Amino acid sequence: MISQRKLKESIGIGLIGFMMMLTIGFLLIFVYRIFSQGIHVVSWEFISTPPREAMTAGGILPALIGTFWLTFLAVLISVPVGIFTAIYLNNYARPRWFVSTLKITINTLAGVPSIIFGLFGMALFVNMLNLQVSLISGVLTLAVLSLPMIINASEEALASVPRDNSEASYALGASKRQTIQRILIPAALPNILTSIILVVGRVAGETAPIMYTAVTFFNRQLPKSIHDEVMALPYHIFALMTEGTKPAKQVPIAYGSALVLMTLVLLISSTALALRYYLRKKRQW
Amino acid sequence: MVKIKTENLNLHFGLNHVLKDVNISINERKITAIIGPSGCGKSTLLRTFNRMNDFAADLKISGTVHLGESDIYEDKVDLSRLRAKVGMVFQKPNPFPKTIYQNVAYGLVIQGKHSRCDIYTRVEESLKAAWLWDEVKDRLNSSAMCLSGGQQQRLCIARALANSPDVLLLDEPTSALDPQSTAKIEELCLDLKEKVSILIVTHNIAQAGRISDYTAFMYLGELVEFGETSQVFTVPKDKRTEAYLTGAFG
Repeated sequence: MISQRKLKESIGIGLIGFMMMLTIGFLLIFVYRIFSQGIHVVSWEFISTPPREAMTAGGILPALIGTFWLTFLAVLISVPVGIFTAIYLNNYARPRWFVSTLKITINTLAGVPSIIFGLFGMALFVNMLNLQVSLISGVLTLAVLSLPMIINASEEALASVPRDNSEASYALGASKRQTIQRILIPAALPNILTSIILVVGRVAGETAPIMYTAVTFFNRQLPKSIHDEVMALPYHIFALMTEGTKPAKQVPIAYGSALVLMTLVLLISSTALALRYYLRKKRQW
Repeated sequence: MVKIKTENLNLHFGLNHVLKDVNISINERKITAIIGPSGCGKSTLLRTFNRMNDFAADLKISGTVHLGESDIYEDKVDLSRLRAKVGMVFQKPNPFPKTIYQNVAYGLVIQGKHSRCDIYTRVEESLKAAWLWDEVKDRLNSSAMCLSGGQQQRLCIARALANSPDVLLLDEPTSALDPQSTAKIEELCLDLKEKVSILIVTHNIAQAGRISDYTAFMYLGELVEFGETSQVFTVPKDKRTEAYLTGAFG
């Protein structure tokens, strides 16, 4: 006879296992769906040429390039700003009530729906600063959107560095700046990188913030300067699915674009993952 | 020769009066043990000597602490130099997650005035002085985290020694270690006192008896008794010292 305790245990483990299978199952179905629907339109031509014949044929090159620049530049801005803000919050900001107020504000911002950031970007960058609908407006909007996430994650990463380490550093005569630079940041870096990975994925896939600030439905040209309007993959998918007039031809292209976007995000993530692995290996705890 | 001398040292953390009128003179090139029950202010006293208490936001301190001739609580004191001169080793071995070499070189690198060659020599000397050289000389570039607990603690001692300190503060350096590593560190202390003055906080009364020349007994923030270890251990003047040493409380 199975004891009650063992029964409880097997039910518990069974439940956990079921939850895991559920999650993985959904993920697999999702990936399979995108893959099976998109794979037959993806070809070298698909990713290396602009769309043709009113978006019913051709490729997605401008959208791909547009998404690359939007994501890359936005992260390029928000990562250093975010990390430095986190360092300031974690090490310098006083008094305590001020810090906690700031943190609540940042947390709130991290939870604001992205369409709000889109409207904000339109009001500030497009209209007030007169940057027009352009790559730079979209980049700045996405940077603002990703800042709270980067700050939060970096702050957490910095706070989780054992105090022993900074104490040892101070006891050896290091200044605050030296301790931050030589002990705190290197120790927190792998975790900060993880957060950047997630942010890159999110930024690359955002549609709402760039809808009013950066993207255009169709542009055969590749962006030549930061003041050009650009195409972007997520918006391209959105446009094809909602505004397309020839769904039979356009829906497969949308799936193809989704597959490319997914692969792109995966590629960026794995680069960051590899970097993190390398950093961790170099500095065993 | 007196190395460290406190006069009417009082220290508060907020409303908590942690050190009460402590007057103590620590002799040069001797081992001074600070003993006493938990929470009596031993570690806090130790940390006043390299101003590691300064990080507490609500610290209030009065009285004087002299290191040699200079008052270390004067405004113009260079904390980096003070902490290089007064090395500290903590209860839990806390090497940086860097290589063995980088750990020992850290104090010198941050001073930014030593040549690479100079640093290498000092790292070797320090590791030798901490009796670690033979165990690590072939793997200076592997992570310090691969070392055993006892080795890590000796690495921390080497790291402090690299700054050529006059004083070494050891805050319960062996309480996280096995008996063999403990014995090694105790012997090391006896060896090191040729060059540096050592202050050791310990919960281990036997340890204080084995290695120290002087013993200070603290109780509830007061320095109850201070004298040569042989005297404190055999004929303590204060009843509380006797009670603590015989295990009546603590």
